[in-house]
Amino acid sequence: MNKLATLINSRRTWAWPYVLFLVLFVVLPLVLIVVYAFTDPQGHFTLKNFIQFFNTTEAVNTFIYSLAIALLTTIICLLLGYPAAYIMAAAELKTPAVMAMLFILPMWINFLLRTIATVELFNMFGIPLGEGALLYGMCYDFLPFMIYPIYNTLQKMDKSLIEAAHDLGANGREVFTKVILPLSMPGIYSGIIMVFMPTVSTFAIAELLTRNKITLFGSLIQRAFGEGGLQMWNYGAALSLIMLIIIGLTSFFGNNEEADSRGGIL
Amino acid sequence: MQNTNYIIEVNNVSKQFEDGKFALDNVSLSVEKGEFVTILGPSGCGKTTLLRCIAGFQVATSGDILLKGEDITQTPPHKRPVNTVFQKYALFPHLNVFDNVAFGLKLKKLNKDTIVKKVKQALKTVGMTDYEYRDVDSLSGGQQQRVAIARAIVNQPEVLLLDEPLAALDLKMRKDMQLELKEMHKKLGITFIYVTHDQEEALTLSDRIVVMNEGRIQQIGTPTDIYNEPVNCFVADFIGESNILSATMIRDRRVAFCDKEFDCIDEGFGENAPVDVVVRPEDIYIWESKSSRDSIASIEAQQEDYDPDDRIPKGNFTKWYGIVQSSIFKGVHYEMTVLTDDGYEFMVQDYHEFRPGTRVGMLVKPEDIQVMKKERYIFNYFDGEVLKNGKVRFIDAEWDVSEDQLSPFQAGDKVQVRVPFKEVDLQDHEEEGTLSGEVHFILYKGNHYNLTIRTDEGNDIYVYTKDVWDKGDRVGIVINPESILLDKKE
Repeated sequence: MNKLATLINSRRTWAWPYVLFLVLFVVLPLVLIVVYAFTDPQGHFTLKNFIQFFNTTEAVNTFIYSLAIALLTTIICLLLGYPAAYIMAAAELKTPAVMAMLFILPMWINFLLRTIATVELFNMFGIPLGEGALLYGMCYDFLPFMIYPIYNTLQKMDKSLIEAAHDLGANGREVFTKVILPLSMPGIYSGIIMVFMPTVSTFAIAELLTRNKITLFGSLIQRAFGEGGLQMWNYGAALSLIMLIIIGLTSFFGNNEEADSRGGIL
Repeated sequence: MQNTNYIIEVNNVSKQFEDGKFALDNVSLSVEKGEFVTILGPSGCGKTTLLRCIAGFQVATSGDILLKGEDITQTPPHKRPVNTVFQKYALFPHLNVFDNVAFGLKLKKLNKDTIVKKVKQALKTVGMTDYEYRDVDSLSGGQQQRVAIARAIVNQPEVLLLDEPLAALDLKMRKDMQLELKEMHKKLGITFIYVTHDQEEALTLSDRIVVMNEGRIQQIGTPTDIYNEPVNCFVADFIGESNILSATMIRDRRVAFCDKEFDCIDEGFGENAPVDVVVRPEDIYIWESKSSRDSIASIEAQQEDYDPDDRIPKGNFTKWYGIVQSSIFKGVHYEMTVLTDDGYEFMVQDYHEFRPGTRVGMLVKPEDIQVMKKERYIFNYFDGEVLKNGKVRFIDAEWDVSEDQLSPFQAGDKVQVRVPFKEVDLQDHEEEGTLSGEVHFILYKGNHYNLTIRTDEGNDIYVYTKDVWDKGDRVGIVINPESILLDKKE
């Protein structure tokens, strides 16, 4: 009886279901992706999948285009999101929570539904779908992910630091560039990562908002698995691996700079 | 322009917050160049608001602030030649020690060599040489505070404002830093305006102390003035230990308290005027007395009192007698409470211990009796209005009043309401009162307490009571209808 109680109370026991979950749904799929990426359909080791990608101009172009779109989306979100977060955090709004809520509210609705609604809106006003609509849709979907982390860091910032900067002779602009901006860097980095990562891999938004005219890297992967049949799985796995590496690199740089931002960026 | 000996002049400054409350109420203060002035008061007294108005973080609702005779009331903080040391240091976490200190100099676009020289000098002044490239987060509280001071003085401000800079440090560290601050002030020659709630710190550091309470300045003076001649009960109670007693000024240089008459040195209060007196516990002479309760009148009995060290002043002093109730050793002296034969409690400090139960005699020299004008006496005064239902409305509540007080008035009449301090009853359960409030201020007067009760609507009611309450206690307020007096309003 006592032994059973110890077993139940031990944290190690409680960790097991999670370990099992992680192994089954995170580690195993990753291993499978790597295995598939480096093998042919017969299961022999090969680099053919990667060579095929780098030799297909269209695939490489799509890859670069996707990166560019993701980068552009991130920049637009940052330019729109920072001021919004700044106003929410700095202004003595009686109800900053309501403002934050309004920004978060669209996320209650599934983003596919929102995208379809966006398509309908564009149609209603007779605006042609295409690259512009794609950027609009991406920014609309991912803006909250930029605003929230920035708002968080700004809100947690010690307001006496701003007063101290003023006190030492900094005008409004200098207070922003020398204190507020450097101190909000961690928020900016998480915002960038949270917008860039999903936009690099998205495909549904592109398909809906460009009527399949523009293909993103995510769509390539999806097609390899969806339409290509079993033969294409290895190729799809290689593409997935490339994307994983890109995303991994971004977050790696992000983390590094985040650590630096405490040391002295000025 | 005005006398420019003053570096800072605060003229009739008030600051009203959005909720209508006054954080500063008509405050005036002049600070001379090179002075060390401390603004002292309990939390919420407006001291920080005053400092922030001088720094420019808050703008006064009315009145003006001059710096070297120049109006800076509306000047933004970055254009004022004053620097602030913040309570929680407010060091920039993304900059190292050097860059924190150099922040102001870099904004002034000084050349690099000058900056390096000045920063090193400032860090030397605060004893932080060799810490230039340390991360500020890696420093201890005391070190961070030093860096914060260096960051302010490196700009050579006309005035250095310090907002409770030592509040977050431990006692030992605080004592050391006090001495260092005093040294720095001497060396730098900069005017210091220092805010604290710690009266001991204020007494140690300042050339002058400004005592504040409830947004008003209570007294301005040197530490000795403030300690020896407090102008009112608040100051006397806030600074140091004190026995505060209700008294009557019989005539000039003669005051009565504890049912006895004493010589004193104060004049000009009028005859038979109600006053308060302060007797500091260390100013009371105490000795073991052979007298008994019934024989104190006998001069022989007094003369037989034991005084081997000849400590007790000889002469025609009024003496009084009591029994020691408790004695606590305080390191250098003993702190004793004595209950007098007439039922008053005194706190006495002496190097000799008199054990509880000992019968003692006490005397105080005339110059050690500080007489203060009584601010309020016997009655609370309120504006009231007679209502149709036969009640009277004042301090935001409706009260029953006796028939004969009410009869000369009609519904709708405005009246002056008087309520004696003694007749206000406090209830443990706030719902039992006609009105509820909180114990806001407590003053022990030897045999009773003077309480200030602040109602939830923000009105103050003064109460005399023998019951013990704590500050912040919630109480119900009841007033006996028979004791409410109504007068015609002029």
